[in-house]
Amino acid sequence: MNIELRVNGEPRELEVWEGESLLFALRERLGLPGSKNACEQGECGSCSVMLDGKLVCSCLVLAAQAQGHDVVTVEGLAEDGNLHRVQEAFAETGAVQCGFCTPGFVVATADLLARNADPSEDELREALSGNLCRCTGYAKIFDAVRLAASR
Amino acid sequence: MRPSILSRPPSTLRAVDVLSPRSLEAALLLKAERPDAVPIQGGTDVMVELNFDRGRPPTLLNLNEVEELRGWSRENGTVWLGAGLTYTEAMEPPLSELLPALAEASRTVGGPQIRNRGTIGGNLGTASPAGDAIPPLLVGDAQVKLVSLRGERVVPLHEFIVGPKRNAMSDDELIAGVHVKPVSGRETFMKIGPRNAMVISVVSLALRVDGDVHAAFGSAGPVPTLVRASTDDVHTLPERVADAASPIDDVRGTAEYRRHALRVLTKRALERCLA
Repeated sequence: MNIELRVNGEPRELEVWEGESLLFALRERLGLPGSKNACEQGECGSCSVMLDGKLVCSCLVLAAQAQGHDVVTVEGLAEDGNLHRVQEAFAETGAVQCGFCTPGFVVATADLLARNADPSEDELREALSGNLCRCTGYAKIFDAVRLAASR
Repeated sequence: MRPSILSRPPSTLRAVDVLSPRSLEAALLLKAERPDAVPIQGGTDVMVELNFDRGRPPTLLNLNEVEELRGWSRENGTVWLGAGLTYTEAMEPPLSELLPALAEASRTVGGPQIRNRGTIGGNLGTASPAGDAIPPLLVGDAQVKLVSLRGERVVPLHEFIVGPKRNAMSDDELIAGVHVKPVSGRETFMKIGPRNAMVISVVSLALRVDGDVHAAFGSAGPVPTLVRASTDDVHTLPERVADAASPIDDVRGTAEYRRHALRVLTKRALERCLA
C-alpha cells in the first residue's frame, strides 16, 4: 500500500507492506537509519521518534497508522546544519559508549526539555525510564541532560 | 538473528489489509463486514505480535482516526473514558483527581513512549491478568460499553473479562469506552515489580474506601478480581484478598510470594486510604 506522511518537515510518499512498523519504513524505505531497531517490543526506546509532537516507539506504530501524520526523527532535530542543544550536550559530555541507544535518548531528552525546561532529578529519570543503555552509561547521559537543560 | 520477512519487498508479502475508518459508524460497518479484523489503537500489544511474526491477522482495523473514541467527560455523576484514552491522558489533572488510582496505575505502565500510545480500551481488549488499568477500574465499578451495528450493550467490567486474555466481546463489536464512578473518599494503586518503570506487575492492587471498601488485584489469578468489605471488617481484608487470589509460579514470581505481597499491599493501601 502507499502512504503519505510528513517526515522531518518534508512530505514523503512511499510503498509499505501493510503489516510493517513505522520504524522499518523509516530505516529501510526512507533511508533514515538514525532510529535504531533493537527490541521491537517497546522495551528499549532506541527507536524513539516524535509522532504529531508525542514521543513514541516507532516499532509499535504501524507504518499505515502514520498516514497523514507528522514524524520527526533524530535526523530532524538539527536545524540549518547546527546540532540541537541536546546533541551538542551529549557530544560534549561524552554521553556515548557504544552509541546504539544514543539517538533514542537524544529524542527523548529533546521531548523532555521541550515540555519541562528545568526538570528535577526525579523528573529526568522518569522521563528517560523508557530508554535503556546496555553499556549502563547513565551517569554521563544524565550529565548531558543536565547540561542541555542549563542552556 | 531471525531472518526478517521484511527484507522482502512489500509486493511479495502475504497481504494484510489495513482499514482506517474515520468515524465510529464506519468502524462498526467494517467490523461487521470483517469480523476477523483485529482492532489496533496504540499498537503496544498488536505490533509486538506482528514484529515477531507470531500472528499475521488478515485485517487490521486502525482506530487511531476515530475521533469518537478519544478523550473523557463527566456524564451524570460518572466519568466516561473513551476507549482511545491514553495512559498519559489518564495521568493528567483534572481526570487524575477524579480517578487517582487509575492515574497512579497509568504512571507505572511502561515508559513515557508506551504511555503516549497505549490506551484504556486496548488494556481491556487484551484482557491480560496483568493489565494495570483493570484493578483501578474494578474498584470504580467500571461498566464497559460495547457497540456494534446491532446496537450497544453495557457489561460490568468483572463480567467483561472472562479468562486470561479473553473477554466477552462478539466478533462484530468494538469497545466504545467505560463509565467509572469517580472517587468520593480515597483510593490508591500499588504494584510490585523489579523496578519503577517498564515492569509487568508481579502483583498489583487497587483499593478504594468510599463508604464501603473495594479492593481489586491483578497478576494473581486468571483474571483481575474484586473483593468487597464493609468498613467494620477491614482488619480481615488483607487475608480475604490473599484468599481470593489463585496465583501461579512463573518467571516473575512464585505463587507464595504473590499471596504474601497481596497481604502486605492491602495493609499498606488501607493505611494510606484510612489515614
